[in-house]
Amino acid sequence: MTNAEKNRGSLLIKGGHLIDPAARIDASMDVLLKDGRVAEVAAPNKIKGSADEKFDARGLIVAPGFIDLHVHLREPGQAQKETIATGTAAAAVGGFTSVCTMPNTIPVVDSVEWIDWLRQPERGAVVNVFAIAAATRASKGATLTDFRALHAAGAIAVTDDGKPILDDGIMREALVLGGELNFPVVQHAEDTRMTEGCSMHSGARSFRLGLRGMTAAAEASIVERDVLLAMHIPNARLHVAHLSTADALKSVRRGKRAKARVTFEVTPHHFTLTDEDMRDYDSNYKMNPPLRSASDLEAILVALADGTVDAIATDHAPHAAHEKEMEFERAAFGITGLETALALAISKLHREKRIPISRIVELFTAGPARCFDLRGRGSLVRGSVADVTVFDPKKKWRFDAAKSHSKSKNTPFDGWQLMGKVVATIVGGTMVHSG
Amino acid sequence: MSPIAETIMNPARGSLLGIEHLEAAEILRLLKFARRMNPDKPRPLLKGKRVLLLFYEASTRTRSSFEIAAKSLGAYTVLIQAIGSSIEKGESLLDTGYTARAVGADVIVIRHPNAGAPYVMAQHIDVPVINAGDGLHEHPSQALLDAYTILRNKKTFNGLQVAIVGDIFHSRVARSACHLLSKFGVKIILCGPPELVPDIATTLAPGVRVTRYIEDALRGTDVVMLLRVQKERFAGLKINLPEYIARYQMTPARLKMAKKDAIVMHPGPIIRGLELTSEVADGAQARILEEVRNGVPMRMAILARAVGKMR
Repeated sequence: MTNAEKNRGSLLIKGGHLIDPAARIDASMDVLLKDGRVAEVAAPNKIKGSADEKFDARGLIVAPGFIDLHVHLREPGQAQKETIATGTAAAAVGGFTSVCTMPNTIPVVDSVEWIDWLRQPERGAVVNVFAIAAATRASKGATLTDFRALHAAGAIAVTDDGKPILDDGIMREALVLGGELNFPVVQHAEDTRMTEGCSMHSGARSFRLGLRGMTAAAEASIVERDVLLAMHIPNARLHVAHLSTADALKSVRRGKRAKARVTFEVTPHHFTLTDEDMRDYDSNYKMNPPLRSASDLEAILVALADGTVDAIATDHAPHAAHEKEMEFERAAFGITGLETALALAISKLHREKRIPISRIVELFTAGPARCFDLRGRGSLVRGSVADVTVFDPKKKWRFDAAKSHSKSKNTPFDGWQLMGKVVATIVGGTMVHSG
Repeated sequence: MSPIAETIMNPARGSLLGIEHLEAAEILRLLKFARRMNPDKPRPLLKGKRVLLLFYEASTRTRSSFEIAAKSLGAYTVLIQAIGSSIEKGESLLDTGYTARAVGADVIVIRHPNAGAPYVMAQHIDVPVINAGDGLHEHPSQALLDAYTILRNKKTFNGLQVAIVGDIFHSRVARSACHLLSKFGVKIILCGPPELVPDIATTLAPGVRVTRYIEDALRGTDVVMLLRVQKERFAGLKINLPEYIARYQMTPARLKMAKKDAIVMHPGPIIRGLELTSEVADGAQARILEEVRNGVPMRMAILARAVGKMR
């Protein structure tokens, strides 16, 4: 049961500045939420009648609830890293009203039973959790899962995230079947035949540190192949996860120009840090794809600004301390990201790179909603689900990883002075976070 | 918005994690102090101290040399090897480090197959950590003993040209040597095929150049440093060994292209018939065994520095 179904009250968000890119609204507006839906959006003080509760949003931005297309909630099987309850609590703090959880759990979410399990109220989710199912059985890359059944059970996309679908034939088959069902195939683009033993980006820094490096080609070659496949398979939907290189970006641009249904996401760490930022073999700088070169970062910033990037996604990848505090090459890949995403976007993209706040909101709302067809979300037009994120774009704060709501603290942004903070997260009309 | 600089760690005083961040003056102090060290005339600078030799990877020269150096200075040594210890049972690097501290180690000497392992250790354990070789990263005691050997043969670094031939990519010795020699203005030429000597190697330190031609590397060279092809670290990489031998093996004929008084060095283990011929290994210009001998006084100096006795 979702919050939208159980909420029967009303909440008036008054005095805020509404940014709803899908509805082309960027103005002072009041928003009335009722029975889990958006009942009315109107100019200040124009909403008549009373509401059970009011929220004073003066000086704040009111936006559709943020959507994160890429999180690892680690259940089933890895509760030492995160649970659906703790992961969604962190999501709420970060302003995310919906998260899409990756299937590389133990066991892999490759069946209808596990999709149902993820959605049970006992999991304790405080925001909407959308399941992405495995594309192949046990994500072994050999046999496709039952797309039809997974789709019917509510999975919103398929992927073998953490690993790529390497086999050309299997990837083609996945795009064909996905196309028939209007089901996006999400690719973790990495040619693992080229990345054996690698733990960071291949460049001057990896050579200096004596770490084997993943080349940009290992990502770009898979993206290039997938885009070509998507261009020639009717209705195929390809979504490139955590795109990190300028070369891969070129392929995606080409696919988009050819009107192929290709979407992609970038992560806050890939638009904030480069491979040169890692110090002293700190494994909080180890993730896959790795932090790339300065020129890759520049290319991603251009694509964020010019409208090419579809979504910002965190790739929130929690790991227990003992899985990270070890030899860099042996430490787990991944960092947490839910609680810092908006602030990094505002600090880096808006403040430093002058990308408008409205574009940033689009990357957290309308953009991701479009990638996975999340109907009724990503916008606050009347009748939409009452998922709202309210934030203060000027608020300065210091991120303290120790106080994170995630079970894990593996982040390179501990202690960072950031700008932009979530003030309220509303899911289906119910306030799940205020601060 | 980023406080990245704040995260740079502070290892225990006396640690030797790498050459890259060691100042030239400190290197000279170490080299000078090593000249006063003599294993045949023991000095009790480490009397009663416990030196833990933590070897996660095979070693002959480095391990025995550190052990003899420590004992010559009056220390107790304990050798822990991955095989035959709790490491085999899955104990983590840090837990082994905490155990080492708990048993009262005054110095930890660590050899590890993963780059940066000594950094991780030094970040969490307040005992001086000496890097005895970490993955492909650095081998600072080797670079120091090589510098010591060069100075004994060439008197000064001024105007020197050093050619390092072979598997640079997989070599922690090469990385440390480049950092060290570069700090003294030495011209460094790296020579080998692209798979083993990537062009990016020139970014390692000022004064480093890459060539594919052995003649180019040897012309005007004072020191020829040869490296073993480290097949055990190849991770899927393949090279054509007969071609490598044809192009890069050090033979007496090739050695003649270097300066007349050039010396031949090799960190060992040497593979006769591969990176060098027996004639070169056993020839008059070879300093390979002298390097091994010099390892002991050099490591005595490193250990004395670790406990604050390098005075």
